[in-house]
Amino acid sequence: MIAVSTLGFIRPLHPLQAVLLTFPLPLFLGAFFSDLAYAASFQVQWTNFSSWLIAGGLFSGAFAVLWALIDLLLVSAVQRKRQAIYVLVLLVMWGLGFINALVHAKDAWASMPEGPYLSAATALLALMASWMGYSRFKLGDSA
Amino acid sequence: MKRRALGMGMGALALSACDEAPGEVQRGANPTLPEPRRGLLPVMTIPRPAGWGGDLPSVPQGYAIQAIATDLRIPRQTLVLPNGDILVAEGSGGNAPRLRPKDFIAGLIKKLGRSPVAGGNRITLLRDADGDGTYETRGIFAEGLNAPYGMALVNGILYVANQDALVRFDYADGQIEASGPPRIVTRLPSAINHHWTKSLTASPDGQLLYVGIGSNSNITERGMEAEVDRAMVWEINAQTGAHRPYATGLRNPTALTFHPETGQLWAVANERDEIGPDLVPDYLTSVQEGGFYGWPYSYWGKNVDIRVQPQDPAKVASAIVPDFSLGAHVAALGVAFSTPAMGTNFAEGVFVGQHGSWNRSPPSGYKVIFVPFRDGMPTGEAIDFVSGFLNSDGNARGRPVGVTVDPRGALIVADDLTNTVWRVTATSPGFGSRRPI
Repeated sequence: MIAVSTLGFIRPLHPLQAVLLTFPLPLFLGAFFSDLAYAASFQVQWTNFSSWLIAGGLFSGAFAVLWALIDLLLVSAVQRKRQAIYVLVLLVMWGLGFINALVHAKDAWASMPEGPYLSAATALLALMASWMGYSRFKLGDSA
Repeated sequence: MKRRALGMGMGALALSACDEAPGEVQRGANPTLPEPRRGLLPVMTIPRPAGWGGDLPSVPQGYAIQAIATDLRIPRQTLVLPNGDILVAEGSGGNAPRLRPKDFIAGLIKKLGRSPVAGGNRITLLRDADGDGTYETRGIFAEGLNAPYGMALVNGILYVANQDALVRFDYADGQIEASGPPRIVTRLPSAINHHWTKSLTASPDGQLLYVGIGSNSNITERGMEAEVDRAMVWEINAQTGAHRPYATGLRNPTALTFHPETGQLWAVANERDEIGPDLVPDYLTSVQEGGFYGWPYSYWGKNVDIRVQPQDPAKVASAIVPDFSLGAHVAALGVAFSTPAMGTNFAEGVFVGQHGSWNRSPPSGYKVIFVPFRDGMPTGEAIDFVSGFLNSDGNARGRPVGVTVDPRGALIVADDLTNTVWRVTATSPGFGSRRPI
């Protein structure tokens, strides 16, 4: 970490944090589409896919959350508020994702209709988090 | 806003842990069926193995219980031979793949309540040559079997239901070891084998055999394709191996027997999980030829289970209500009709071995009960016959599986947690007859 942040500049996302942040959106979005496929076909393999996609989103998302929390301590005061919102979005995403994992652990159609709604919500939050995270490149990749 | 959403989520998690307070164990012909419900976290209450420490299971006054064999390798079902010898089927089956993250976690938790011993895949023979109640001779009748469970002896042939095939051995009175390898009567459905136990009984004339085949899932979560030839009782021609479904929709028919007087086929079956501590009752029922007992589409008659999609209203309309509720999650695994030699109070009725629950708090089952019969049907209150399998801490000292009535006046109970075979006999005159020499 040799990126130097000066007042008024935004420290960019660390590459590792950027890599971690690539996972939750496609995984949670995949779970959502998988849920839709289950709803349309009644083929339980789709809901099994969802379960694993959600588990993957939670696993990678946990590291993203952890990194973002540590980052919160390191960023400048100017960036702190923005970083706090970013962390919060990630945390809510993870929390809802965890509930979604429990919902998907119910057998067969018992995950309906909550499953796809939760998958959609977590995918949306993953999108928000990604947007916020990657926006830092655009604004402040100056170090 | 987002903070509150998170708070609500955690609140829901906390709530789910305590929203399933169960009622009484519902026994009888008309159990109260609550609304299906399930929190986010399924209740898993696994009584841990505790051991007997010199204690014995409790039996009614005038009866005594003793262990007649220990250190077995997962004894499940027993069979009393005409000369009084006892065969014990030992094994552990199933090869269901873990498909979901849940399967890995639930598998680890359920393992806590089981014996760590590997299944024997064999049949052990116990003999009490002098009739003193001590089974001093013990040998292996057959080994190299594949998770044997149900056994039946008819017309000089011992039939054994492995988890993948019904096999036969020739048997002559007094034999202590099989004279050769088993011969296959017919293959049995064995793909996945989520519920692997193949229960077995023979018609009174010995011409037909009945095999109980459990479902391949709790409630179709492995797909409907996995349920072909599952959750049913097969009728098998003992000579040719030809078979047909005799009754369907029995989720897991774990023990079968014929009523000694009426010649009616009876079964105990284990019902579905994860819709509450008092749903769905496991049951004891007469098995009607061509009857459909609901699984997976409905339970206890026509109560639709919405977890099964697409639904099948026509099948639901034809679903038969079982005869007698044993209580939800008791896991009935043994059934045997009594005989007058068991004593006047227990002369007419059926013994039911209950392995015990893993998903109910407080746990249910963990005992052998007696369901009185009159005119060929259950009547009155069921009575605990062998209990004390749960200690005061809620841990399991043993778990009953198969029950068999020795016509000389004894109940044989297999216990697959302590790997023991128990024998209950009457001690005082009037309660039961002593075993003749």
